[in-house]
Amino acid sequence: MHASNRRFSLLPIYLTLSLFAALTLLPFAWMVAAALKSQDDFFTSIFLPPGSGPFGVGWERLTLANFARLFTEFPVGRAMLNSIFFSTVTSALATAACAMGGYALAKFSFKGRALLTGAVLGALIVPTSLLIAPTYKLLWQLGLLNSYAGLILPAIAPAFGVFLFRQAMLNSVPRELLEAARIDGCGELRIFFTVVVPLIRPMIGAFMLITFLGAWNNFIGPQIVLQDAEAFPLSVAINNLRGLHGTDYGLIMAGTLLSIAPVMCLFLLLQKEFIAGLTSGAVKG
Amino acid sequence: MRAFDRRTWIPWMFSAPFLVLFATFTVWPLLQSLLLSVQQTFGPKRTVFIGLSNFAFILRDPLFWQALGNTAIYTLGAVCIQISTSLMLALLLNRPGLRGRSFFRLVFFAPSLVGLVFVGVLFTLLFQKRTGLINSGLHAIIPAWDPEFAWTDNHVMASLLLASTWLYAGFNMIYFLAALQNVSREQLEAADLDGAGAWGRFWHVVLPEIRPVLSFVTLLSVIGSFQLFELPWVLLNNSAGPANRGLTVVMYLYQTGFLVGDLGYASAIGWVLGLILVLAALAQTRLARNEET
Repeated sequence: MHASNRRFSLLPIYLTLSLFAALTLLPFAWMVAAALKSQDDFFTSIFLPPGSGPFGVGWERLTLANFARLFTEFPVGRAMLNSIFFSTVTSALATAACAMGGYALAKFSFKGRALLTGAVLGALIVPTSLLIAPTYKLLWQLGLLNSYAGLILPAIAPAFGVFLFRQAMLNSVPRELLEAARIDGCGELRIFFTVVVPLIRPMIGAFMLITFLGAWNNFIGPQIVLQDAEAFPLSVAINNLRGLHGTDYGLIMAGTLLSIAPVMCLFLLLQKEFIAGLTSGAVKG
Repeated sequence: MRAFDRRTWIPWMFSAPFLVLFATFTVWPLLQSLLLSVQQTFGPKRTVFIGLSNFAFILRDPLFWQALGNTAIYTLGAVCIQISTSLMLALLLNRPGLRGRSFFRLVFFAPSLVGLVFVGVLFTLLFQKRTGLINSGLHAIIPAWDPEFAWTDNHVMASLLLASTWLYAGFNMIYFLAALQNVSREQLEAADLDGAGAWGRFWHVVLPEIRPVLSFVTLLSVIGSFQLFELPWVLLNNSAGPANRGLTVVMYLYQTGFLVGDLGYASAIGWVLGLILVLAALAQTRLARNEET
């Protein structure tokens, strides 16, 4: 009685969840449809153009012309390479710097550790927008404006990264294991790469994805630092495309789709680590 | 003796890359921004010391107050809508016996992967008069809906809230879902035996257990919402919109710093914003502490 009652009461829950899932997915579906339609079909149909094909859709009217134009007439291919380069380098370097920094704070006792930990904790509450103007001035002084170095260097030492790795290593890296490796005559760098890194692998995957996403979706940074259109990543290029060709809807949706698809694929590959990393500290701590 | 030596320089070696970059690109700019905030600048090259005039000017700068008002209204609306939607989705997904949980979780989370700029571009088209999905969809469901409804021109705040709810509801949901999994089954069953209804169970058992995560997520949402920039910037075609109705604090900071070229005034705005956020964080820890005792 109780069990069947419960099963029955799940129906409205499925309905509500499906409604919200549909609302979440509709913009994506609309974007894909718009990217595959010609300008004429865009104005005459909401989703796919009607026709005589299966499901009453004119499948033969769908076209990849928008994508072809993006790569031949606009610098979207170049922007995509820029985004891949910038995001990969940023996430790899940030992960290395933060993992090593977190290791030092979590597993060594040394003079200045308390001060350093305090500085990292304090920096967690500094809003990034406060640093925009002074960082711009610093990059100008260092001659790093309009260069990838000026975009990457400020992004690879986030305080929250060191904090996350410190928290992860406090519990999951036993001190005895490190001591045992030292007694065996293992060098410190080798200990880090062969003992510590494997233990915190989920955290490394999560953090790499978080920083990759952050770099990929960063808009204000490249907008301020970069000046040459050739160097623009997708975030800036797609916004400029919309500014210049605002009425070419299919073209813009194709570009947006191309900008979103890579991170979606990456997320599908790494989703377990990603979600575990997001909520670590917040829920357990 | 050797072991001692090893111990002293090894941690510095490991933290060196972070330390150098953190000092250069976080600590130094932070100190610099203090200096900049008492200067008037014309691009990064020419600066004039003007004392606290920037801060005095902020206090009677109508544009700053408009930006702060817009940002505060947006934050209030966004936090209320996002938190309640996220919590509702998490509660629904947490029902025992539910199938397809990971599918729904994936679907709801997907928009969080899309950057604010791309959400802005996507919603610019979704909000289009006549051809956009939102107007044409609403018109198809409710024939009385005006397909020429001007979302981004006349209803800036509603447009921003709609787009940001789509983007963030699934993100906060992940936190709530993780917290709900820690709520003890025994307590829920005990409440069930005591004859508590669904609402009673939520109010007396679930809510107290997830309160720390709830206040953490609320703080994160407040901090994030207060720094809103890209979404209105892109939605309103690289501007603050008609009559500056979409002007936010960070957008104003960007405009004064990089379009006008006054990095000094931009830094002062940054400090005022930082102060507001620190106060929000202090209020949150204060509230959290009061609840514990």
